[in-house]
Amino acid sequence: MSLVETWIAAFLTLCVFSFLYRDNPFYRFAEHLFVGAAAGYLLAVQYQNVILPNVWMPLTSGTRTPLSITLAVIPAILGLLMLARLWDRMAGPARWAIAFYVGVYSGIAVPGYLQAQIFAQLSDAVKPFEPGWGAINSALILLGLLTVLAYFFFSAPHRGVHGLGARVGIWFLMIAFGASFGYTVMARVSLLISRVQFLLRDWLHLIPTT
Amino acid sequence: MSVMSRILAIDRRMIFLFIGLGTAVPLLWPVNLPITVTPRVEAAYQTIEALPEGSTVLIAMDFEPDTMAELLPMSIAVLRHCFRKNLKVIAITLYPAGPGLVEPALRIAATAEHKERNKDYTFLGYKSGFQTVMIGFGESIRQQYPVDFYQTPLDSIPIMKGVDSYAHIDLVINLTASSAADYWIQFAASRFHKALILGTTAVMATDYYPYLSSRQVLGLVGGMKGAAEYEKRMDLFGDARRGMDAQSLVHVIIALLVVLGNAALFVTTRKAP
Amino acid sequence: MRISLAITFTVGALLIALFFIPNYQAQAVNAKILEWATIVYAFALILGSISLWNTHWRKVKTQREGWPYSVVTMTALVIVTGLGVWQGVGEGSLVSRIYNMVNSPLASTMFALLAFFIASAAFRAFRARNVEATLLLVTAVLMMIGRVSIGEFIWKGFPGFTEWLLDVPNLAAKRAIAIGVGLGAVSTALKIILGIERSYLGRSR
Repeated sequence: MSLVETWIAAFLTLCVFSFLYRDNPFYRFAEHLFVGAAAGYLLAVQYQNVILPNVWMPLTSGTRTPLSITLAVIPAILGLLMLARLWDRMAGPARWAIAFYVGVYSGIAVPGYLQAQIFAQLSDAVKPFEPGWGAINSALILLGLLTVLAYFFFSAPHRGVHGLGARVGIWFLMIAFGASFGYTVMARVSLLISRVQFLLRDWLHLIPTT
Repeated sequence: MSVMSRILAIDRRMIFLFIGLGTAVPLLWPVNLPITVTPRVEAAYQTIEALPEGSTVLIAMDFEPDTMAELLPMSIAVLRHCFRKNLKVIAITLYPAGPGLVEPALRIAATAEHKERNKDYTFLGYKSGFQTVMIGFGESIRQQYPVDFYQTPLDSIPIMKGVDSYAHIDLVINLTASSAADYWIQFAASRFHKALILGTTAVMATDYYPYLSSRQVLGLVGGMKGAAEYEKRMDLFGDARRGMDAQSLVHVIIALLVVLGNAALFVTTRKAP
Repeated sequence: MRISLAITFTVGALLIALFFIPNYQAQAVNAKILEWATIVYAFALILGSISLWNTHWRKVKTQREGWPYSVVTMTALVIVTGLGVWQGVGEGSLVSRIYNMVNSPLASTMFALLAFFIASAAFRAFRARNVEATLLLVTAVLMMIGRVSIGEFIWKGFPGFTEWLLDVPNLAAKRAIAIGVGLGAVSTALKIILGIERSYLGRSR
């Protein structure tokens, strides 16, 4: 980045950090600028990377047959129907595009989740314990899986053996969520470190670049 | 007001100041604490290392500026590893704001390892749809990506010769901050049986241990710490490794704050009638 | 409404069926439908940007509180979109420079603020009030210290212990959650395909 670009980036960074003191016009300006620039970038990328190569080019260049043009026009019409949502009168046809889109993603989801998340995970859960001391870990994993599933089974009241299992399941969940929280802290701190690195190194040159 | 009550009532801007100083001081005066490479990062490294020269790798860099602190150093380290191994790299992104980060990552890694676009790697660009793109690769890459990011037809790109689906790809690497990882597991790994490595933000990393156990994912690089470990393994000194001292200090500060908050509450509730 | 439900059912059922049919012509149909979905998704994202424009335009037109900021948003939207469509978005373009000056620092700094808030929230709200909360708190603190360099400095076995926490209790719980999420996703998808779940179509007039 050039000097001017670095200073602009640093100014906007400090505008956002000013929110830590309190809400102020600099922060709100930066926030609104970001929303507009991000939406504009998204539109430009959609146009250059999807609309041009996947919609416009098949209709205007290359080997064009009635079939290829029909196959290129259909998604374009569906896409335009999606945009037609903006007009109340076109709300009905606009739903056809949404229906197509939702149908595709629902159809993909069924075998996808069944294969990868349910069958594969159950298959890995139902396997012989590891030999030696690893058997304790394998037993704990199986215990944890069954007790957490018991906790999430709300069709029966959590009483008796089911209740005890659910209680143990909560302990496993708390350990998992504690691990997730620790890692979440790590993630947030990493984001801050990166911004401070930019300010100290690229803007103020207080730390070396290599 | 007792000392403990005062502690509990501390202005949050003081906490912000501690965190800010805890981040800046180690960056200005680094100590370079040692970093140990953990087994999951080592597994990711070894998976790439085991590929023969000339193998084709699909790298999906599905992230945006909000998570670039963790994933950009990771991307550069992984790309440099692939380039050092003389692997053919096909880069894509499924995030609209991704191209602005993927291009610099490819440029930095390629320049450092003396690699050339179209000959050693290609950037196909962005495509919307996540799952539809991932499944579409099972049939034809060209159907999803008729041209690359620079509008060059794929048939004109030397590295894409003979490569048009998962059947011609040896490894899939997904560096992501979102549920894209779940879909790469569902489709690339489970449906099309491709070897898969994940690089994720630290927030998500703990969610993918079940897939490591079931071998749907062969290696996991999690967060900036994971990126630092990968840089260490590659003998690089990038932004991730530079940030580790600050990471350690801020974590200690937050842990102390949690302990202090609980201790103060414990003391004040004991004293209350 | 009936046409929409018929489209959802046809497309959804077709895609489930095509998963099981290896025939190359069937897979070509599959690939074509997926390409269409990619294009429709792009238009959905474009719709989002247009809705954003409409929201801010209404705010400016009625001069609601904060309307000058809406002018900033709309101006940025128009400039970046126009430049991107005209010049492209690759490295070296004006849009790429705007991305590096504006989008990238703003997005990353917005999220960097969370580090401060998570520290403040951890101090004020993270309390060991019962056994479960204590378990969560202790695990979180062990993770925070054990997974960074200083953890190994304090105790050589720290990284190994935290790795065990991730590989055993965390794995067990996350596996159960993954199975639960999978079951929920499959049942919701089937309800949508069969027309039992219709909320995605909005209210019919």
